[in-house]
Amino acid sequence: MSVRDQHGASPTRTMLQERQEAERIVLRGRKVVGGCAEGEALVTRQTISGWGGVHAQSGTIIETRHELRGQSFKDKVLVFRGAKGSSGWSVVFHTARLAGSAPKALVFNEMTTKVALGAVVMRVPAVTGLDRDPLEIIETGDWVRVDGDAGTVEVVKRRVATEDRR
Amino acid sequence: MQLTDHERAMLDGAEGRAKQKAMELLVRYAEALGAERFVDVTNVAGVPAQPTPFLAAYYKDFPGGQHAIFSHFDLDSDELVEMPHVVTRACHLQGGYDPDNWELLGASAEAAARGREGERYASERGIEILKTCTPYLVGNVPKRGEHCAWMESSAVVYCNAVLGARTNTEGRESTSAAMLTGKIPYWGLHVDECRRGTHRIDVEIEIDSVMDWGMLGYFVGDVVQERIPVLTGIAKRPDLTRYKHFGAAAASSGGVEMYHIVGITPEAPTVEDAFGGNAPVEVFRYDAAARRRTYEALNANATDPDVDYVMLGCPHASLEQIEEACRLLDGRRISPSCRLWIFTSRAVRRRADEAGLTDVIRKAGGHLLTDTCSAIGLAVPPGTKVAALDSAKQVHYLPAMTGIQAWFGSTADCIDAALTGRWRGALR
Repeated sequence: MSVRDQHGASPTRTMLQERQEAERIVLRGRKVVGGCAEGEALVTRQTISGWGGVHAQSGTIIETRHELRGQSFKDKVLVFRGAKGSSGWSVVFHTARLAGSAPKALVFNEMTTKVALGAVVMRVPAVTGLDRDPLEIIETGDWVRVDGDAGTVEVVKRRVATEDRR
Repeated sequence: MQLTDHERAMLDGAEGRAKQKAMELLVRYAEALGAERFVDVTNVAGVPAQPTPFLAAYYKDFPGGQHAIFSHFDLDSDELVEMPHVVTRACHLQGGYDPDNWELLGASAEAAARGREGERYASERGIEILKTCTPYLVGNVPKRGEHCAWMESSAVVYCNAVLGARTNTEGRESTSAAMLTGKIPYWGLHVDECRRGTHRIDVEIEIDSVMDWGMLGYFVGDVVQERIPVLTGIAKRPDLTRYKHFGAAAASSGGVEMYHIVGITPEAPTVEDAFGGNAPVEVFRYDAAARRRTYEALNANATDPDVDYVMLGCPHASLEQIEEACRLLDGRRISPSCRLWIFTSRAVRRRADEAGLTDVIRKAGGHLLTDTCSAIGLAVPPGTKVAALDSAKQVHYLPAMTGIQAWFGSTADCIDAALTGRWRGALR
């Protein structure tokens, strides 16, 4: 069934929806932590250091030479390469959860004990092992829905998502 | 995932609520990793029930006191449980405050008392209070092939690469759960095939000093990230201090948990052994130019030559390093505009006390401190603007965490800065 048949809406809306359909991308991977969440993506191709790289209470990246330095992942869907650095990774992200500054979901490429334990104690949906590289497809500002149980990541590109919300 | 009868029984609560909650957490963790079973661990290093300022404040009104922090944070359990005695050899790593010098480190009397209480809580349950990032320097030396669950990235990489024991970089929650159950997911570095090298680093220059090893580690971590480097071209066998600085640096700029040095480390008698017959994914050269770039990256954050703080002992200083600092001080007093703090473990501090080294440092105007460091304790002397450090790891973290500038150099460069208040270090 096409969008047009379903809604019979005005031509403008239909065109938007068609474009959204075209720009809606679904990535398939595997569950790390179950549950569903959606939000705006914050994307980095770099690995993230937890302890010493993130200010837990605000969710801000503080690592000196990090491309996201100064930005917070609070309430964002964090899309990143993986975890690095100190074994305090889980403690920092666990603390972020208690402080209310955790991301809404995690999408990442490289599995490590740090990121696995961090995702578990953060208790947010998390997915990895995707069929296409999420860092190639998702850009900061895109709208992303993570279904941890199904292992899927649904992406609506920013331009279309913005128009749709008007 | 496959569970043994014993694991299943613990998960079902046959050995009490605390072990049940620990197993629940470990199962969630193992499933997140994609592990199919657990492995028995006999040596666990973590920070169980440590009451950090944030956690102490957060759980202040929860019933259960220390048990609340242990239950809700360490075991990530919504239910309050009582922490039982541990079932493995277990030690407490660094953190908290030097019990003799907490005031100098800027802690409140309340925080210091809380620290003592947390220490007693863990100690009564069978945990050795080593209070150091270098358990391998003070008697906790796992055997080759022994399955462990360790926190502290610099200790993890030492445990795997230098000792040939087996651990992933565990976290606070997983180590606390492992102490109660003797279990950790059988994944990653516990598995033979996952310990093989992936990337080759051809070292084309001589690596000699502790500073050289720190820079090489920082370079290697940056290029391989969390992969397993195999170093060729190392002619001179590093000593314990050099391994310590190399691994700590590689685990900071990257996530190196295991490495091989051909002909030197236990699982790499030959290049073929190190790679397990696989071809390297990528090969990097470490030459004079790479060394210079690394030095510049480590010093990128500092511009002001007026040094007001010198910190040594990251990872915690060995007795030899404390002796070296004392030798370099050579009976002189440090500059009135500069402070000198050297961090070590309680056990090494005691040896330093006995050898008169603590007094030498005190007479020079410095302090020998234990349990923590500037980064872990977020403790720098009041008003610090520019630090000098001999650890690539500490340079990586401290400026980011405190906003100060930091120079990187040799121990001699740092002691010189402490004596003169000026940074005169250079790549030599």
